[in-house]
Amino acid sequence: MLELLELILTTSLWAAVVRIATPLIFATLGELICERAGVLNLGIEGIMTIGAMAGWLWVYQGGDLWGGVVFAAIVGMLFGFLHSILVVYLGLSQHVSGIGITMLASSISYYAYTMIIPFSTTPPKIVAFSAFEVPLLSSIPIIGGAFFNQTALTYLAYILVMVTFYVLYKMPLGLTIRMAGENPVANEAQGINVLLIRTGAVMVGSALMAIGGAFLTMSAFDAFYFGMINGRGWICVALVIFASWKPGKAFLGAILFALFEALQVRAQLIGADVIPYQIFSMMPYFLSIVAMMLVARRAAYPKALLVPFRQGDRI
Amino acid sequence: MRLKTRRNTPVWLIAVLPILSILVAFIFGAFFIIWAGESPITAYIALINGALGSSFAITESLTRAIPLIFTGLAAAVAFRAKFWNIGAEGQLYCGAMAATLVGTGMIDLPSIIMIPVLFIAGALAGCLILLLPVFLKTHMKVDEVVTTLLLNFIILLFVNMLLEGPWKDPMAMGWPQAARIIDNGVLPTIVAKSRLHFGIIIALVMSIIMWAILRFTVWGYEIRAVGYNQQASTFYGISINKSVLMVALFSGGLAGMAGVSEVTGLKGYLTLTLSPGFGYTGIAVAMLAQLHPIGVIISAIFLASIYVGADAMSRTVDIPNYIADILVAISLLSVLVGSMLARFRIVWGK
Repeated sequence: MLELLELILTTSLWAAVVRIATPLIFATLGELICERAGVLNLGIEGIMTIGAMAGWLWVYQGGDLWGGVVFAAIVGMLFGFLHSILVVYLGLSQHVSGIGITMLASSISYYAYTMIIPFSTTPPKIVAFSAFEVPLLSSIPIIGGAFFNQTALTYLAYILVMVTFYVLYKMPLGLTIRMAGENPVANEAQGINVLLIRTGAVMVGSALMAIGGAFLTMSAFDAFYFGMINGRGWICVALVIFASWKPGKAFLGAILFALFEALQVRAQLIGADVIPYQIFSMMPYFLSIVAMMLVARRAAYPKALLVPFRQGDRI
Repeated sequence: MRLKTRRNTPVWLIAVLPILSILVAFIFGAFFIIWAGESPITAYIALINGALGSSFAITESLTRAIPLIFTGLAAAVAFRAKFWNIGAEGQLYCGAMAATLVGTGMIDLPSIIMIPVLFIAGALAGCLILLLPVFLKTHMKVDEVVTTLLLNFIILLFVNMLLEGPWKDPMAMGWPQAARIIDNGVLPTIVAKSRLHFGIIIALVMSIIMWAILRFTVWGYEIRAVGYNQQASTFYGISINKSVLMVALFSGGLAGMAGVSEVTGLKGYLTLTLSPGFGYTGIAVAMLAQLHPIGVIISAIFLASIYVGADAMSRTVDIPNYIADILVAISLLSVLVGSMLARFRIVWGK
């Protein structure tokens, strides 16, 4: 028990927690924005994959790192736009379209990767983002060195949590977005184009998902691997429910989740002789299911989530 | 331009939509082939040749279609009731595990009993694992999409654990694979010098059974009613929870049978490469079939041919075989768009 306490108080553990949490923060925020506008985006897993691929590809072809992030975001947006056409404008099944987008985006990623690197045993590496300390903040004991000695993308994630909160709750635009997910008819009565708002939200949300994926190839690792997203997207869909669609809680949820994940990886090393490592690797997925069980009963889903809207609809 | 709801969909439209969708996929796919620096015409000729060019190719395509018929039926039956079971991949592996557990020496019976026993065991395993998401949905209001998806990862890790641990076949020279199914449990091949096995007959029979159940029984009626309108169904005294449970049992069972058929018919043993995403492709199969059990047979054969053809094509033309996944994904999205045309008529002008 004491050992566990000591472990929890180390900077290296928390540094790992923040590294694991960053892509989840991006993607959870992305899904949250989509769902707040009333659109479930199950394309998340594929959009993260193609974001990871696009960011890596940009840098591999000689582009600069930030160019890679922007490129990943644009690619993500394009898939978000495709999803919007299908579910916002045509009002088709959000479940099926999302799964289709995931299948399309990941197969395009693997196709492109295999085409560019046909015969490789070791995936080619790029020079990834490097960590830098934020003055003052990084000198806070234990967590300072963990939260404020990271790469630029992690700092961007912190900022985005605040921006998302500010936009959703303090700006008229945010009210409009939330209304699109709660009561789109009221939106239309105000002369607001619900379809446009939903499309915008899905595109921005998808861009964030793609950046979350790009973090993996451009910051956490320095290469692209097959199956590297490994269910992270689905975990983020669970995290959004766990966070009851609130950006602050999404951040905390991602950190909490990453803490368990980091502990799990360490436990794997200690307990490898007694318990097969696969048992530990299952934990994140179990945890996501448990997290949903905890909140599902009182979950306040956006009322118009999954409900297509046609201009001129009346209730 | 606006949309008008159709009273009923013309039959020819239902038949034409999937074909159109696959055509659309081939048109978009051409851009990806050009991107890889090859000619789409050469590539597609190679693909069609690889899928249907010889009797061996045809048997390969049919063999590949077997698991897709099962997973396609699994998705079709679930989606009809708007129960979003995306976990066919995991359920497939559960079926495969059950077949391995029972079929590698636990019991040894004559084939005629042994094979049905294995299929029932696999179907039960697929059902059982799906009970968790069903229970969470009906009793705790946890969305089944995410739970079934997450279970796929858990199950795959579990299979991995068994194959690296207690189930590892010491005769397999270090490969992580389970022991072989005993001879009486192996499905016979039905065409000489091919891999096409008896599983196709079982798959066809299951399609007809599912069609009959959905078409002629009260269960089937309830499943369809719940899919159309949950409130109205409740009003008429249909228990949603009971219908969801029923659907899940069918869906999980069918997906489990896919695993049994792959283990006993094709591979002969359980490995981690048993399914290259048959569970997910099943969704595309079901959608292309407009969720019709008999349509599933046709669309499964169609998509299986694309996969087999793309494998052959990637050996002759320099195009990654992931092109097949791209084609399947595009046809899934375009049939979804097409389903609009089945429900609505486009009226030009005011």
